[in-house]
Amino acid sequence: MKFRVNIIKNRCKECGICIGVCPTKVLVKGDKHNEHGFRYPLPANIDRCIGCRLCEYNCPDFAIFVEVVKK
Amino acid sequence: MKKSFISGNIAIAEGAIAAGMRFFAGYPITPASDIMEYLAEKLPNIGGVVIQFEDEIASINAAIGASWAGVKSMTATSGPGFSLMLEALGLAIITETPLVVVDVMRAGPSTGVPTKTSQSDVMQVRYGAHGDYVIPVFAPWSAQEAYDLTIKAFNVAESLRTPVILLSDAVVAHLWESVLLAEPGEIEVINRKKPSNPPDEYLPYKPDNDLVPPMATFGEGYNVIVESLIHDERGFYRQDRETYCNLVKRIVSKVLSRVDSLFEVETYYGDDYKYLLVSFGSTARSALAAVRILRKSGIKAGLLRLKTLSPLKLETLRKYCEEAEKIFVVENNMGKLVYDVERVTGNDKVISLPLLDLEIPEPKDIVEGVRKWL
Amino acid sequence: MVVSALESSHPLDKYLRTARLPHIWCPGCGLGIALGGIMRAIDRRIKEGTLKKENLVFVTGIGCSARTSFYVNFDAAHTLHGRAIAFATGAKLAKPELEVVVIGGDGDIAGIGGNHLLHAAKRNMDLIVLMITNFVYAMTGGQVAPTTPLGLYTTTTPHGNPEPPLNVVKVVSSLNANYVARASVTHPALIEQYMYKALGMRGFRFIEILSTCPEIFGRHIGMRDPFTLYNTLKSKVVVKQSPSIEESDLDWGKGFVIGEYLVRENPGYSDRIRRGSK
Repeated sequence: MKFRVNIIKNRCKECGICIGVCPTKVLVKGDKHNEHGFRYPLPANIDRCIGCRLCEYNCPDFAIFVEVVKK
Repeated sequence: MKKSFISGNIAIAEGAIAAGMRFFAGYPITPASDIMEYLAEKLPNIGGVVIQFEDEIASINAAIGASWAGVKSMTATSGPGFSLMLEALGLAIITETPLVVVDVMRAGPSTGVPTKTSQSDVMQVRYGAHGDYVIPVFAPWSAQEAYDLTIKAFNVAESLRTPVILLSDAVVAHLWESVLLAEPGEIEVINRKKPSNPPDEYLPYKPDNDLVPPMATFGEGYNVIVESLIHDERGFYRQDRETYCNLVKRIVSKVLSRVDSLFEVETYYGDDYKYLLVSFGSTARSALAAVRILRKSGIKAGLLRLKTLSPLKLETLRKYCEEAEKIFVVENNMGKLVYDVERVTGNDKVISLPLLDLEIPEPKDIVEGVRKWL
Repeated sequence: MVVSALESSHPLDKYLRTARLPHIWCPGCGLGIALGGIMRAIDRRIKEGTLKKENLVFVTGIGCSARTSFYVNFDAAHTLHGRAIAFATGAKLAKPELEVVVIGGDGDIAGIGGNHLLHAAKRNMDLIVLMITNFVYAMTGGQVAPTTPLGLYTTTTPHGNPEPPLNVVKVVSSLNANYVARASVTHPALIEQYMYKALGMRGFRFIEILSTCPEIFGRHIGMRDPFTLYNTLKSKVVVKQSPSIEESDLDWGKGFVIGEYLVRENPGYSDRIRRGSK
């Protein structure tokens, strides 16, 4: 299974929870700021994603969600 | 019409039922408890709900919630309970919730004398809640009028989307009189305007030309927002001056612009007086008797009885006062309505007769009060 | 590297007023996590046909939790501090087909609103009440709340809170509620599970959701980083199946036991009142 991690960058508030809860360290803090001045994460290691959705469920801002792209 | 012999409190209950009220929330308080008791017996039989809550605050908040669920609702209390309800009254005002709140006045301040009467809530019902607003206040003086004005209160509440106060007192509450009750179809019953456009085009606080927004309620698919913060037409919180002024001023204009239809008075000897007595509610009954006593002794007294205490049509008051040499404002409190009369005529003609009494003030006390100044 | 989705939107967007996002809650605020769990449960119920979208009403009081009314794409009421339960009761009784959900903070529900909470639980009123416990009055800047730990600095207890915290789960369980559970934003799947369960029941259903408040509570305990606070709370949380009330103490020292404390199917208030024909 392959997954895509979508980040709605302008909703992100740089709380860091998604990066912290990911069990396989898919996400890293990005360098770019969104329009509110927050640095949103990037799924730098997407190949490691197991689709657990902990990032999606623990994001307080509805800013990240996981999609299955290949079965 | 059906003739009945009922008390003022029962008349209020019957008027509410006739107007379509089907949700009542209340808390026991003398002298209003029997309104709830009567409805607790009767309302469930016609598909309504009566619930006694843990306090007055819960009662009025629940009545507001029920109104937002689409049901005409009411609560009834006395002075101390009304004080507790003030915050929620503000909620009803700013969210433009149709609601009728009955205040059966009793002697205060504080616990006071629960079983005795007074007219001391004149300021509280009109100005007690914080913020800027005008709400209709109707004051019956008989059981028949308690019935009729309760129906009017509901119709005004629904057509203007506002809380309306029915201001009664311990005397009117428990006097028993003949009352003509309407049969179904005999009276006009007004319901709140509903939206004519679909949910994606509907703005919950966008007024029509009559300054009143159509009201979608819960469960109709309109995703309504009931918002206690200052809000724009969508119901979204706004902190800017323009939105604030627009909303507050519209809500005030909504009521004030209809003063002609809201303001009702009754006059006795209105075309033949030198001295005018101004009164309302149960005290006006004694004032009328006093007027008759004075006229018998050759003093040209007349009575102006206010049925509406808010909004006041100042031009009407002024017109009646202009024709009088002296105006006596007769009330069972320390002098409250007198300020409104002084406002339109100037102090030199107006005499306050603040007849503080636990029972309905006696005509002879009013006569004496008038004679002292003649 | 995919940054933002152009074709797809967040699966919960249809239940949110997306024009009002990003919401006002602070970075790392547990309210957003709780709302996500709640929405997922609602989504499941709507998809399976046991809940109609137009029948769901959110009623909130005042506070950070109460701002939920702004963001849900359902009928919602943002009412008075502490009075949401009373308002909700009126709405539910007037229109029984509504499913009314109250969301509020611990101050709103158990402080100023305490009396309404007690009586709604006592009468087993058909409501869902979600109390989000963040241990402080956050919206107004960090004053002491009913659940603030004993001895803690807050802006109104600068010499230390002299009051032990209120265990609302214990209080509500002692009344006639049908469902009492405690969840935590550190375990969002359980928020969804308990909410889903509550949506299928009647009577008074109460869920306390422990939450992170990094800006205000975090500041009082010297832990403003959102993930640090989240992890600290998580380390204090123990999940138990059907825990007993004796383990329900709200104590940062002892830890927090989350789970379903009480599950019953007694008749709700609506079942007990008499209603004639219209």
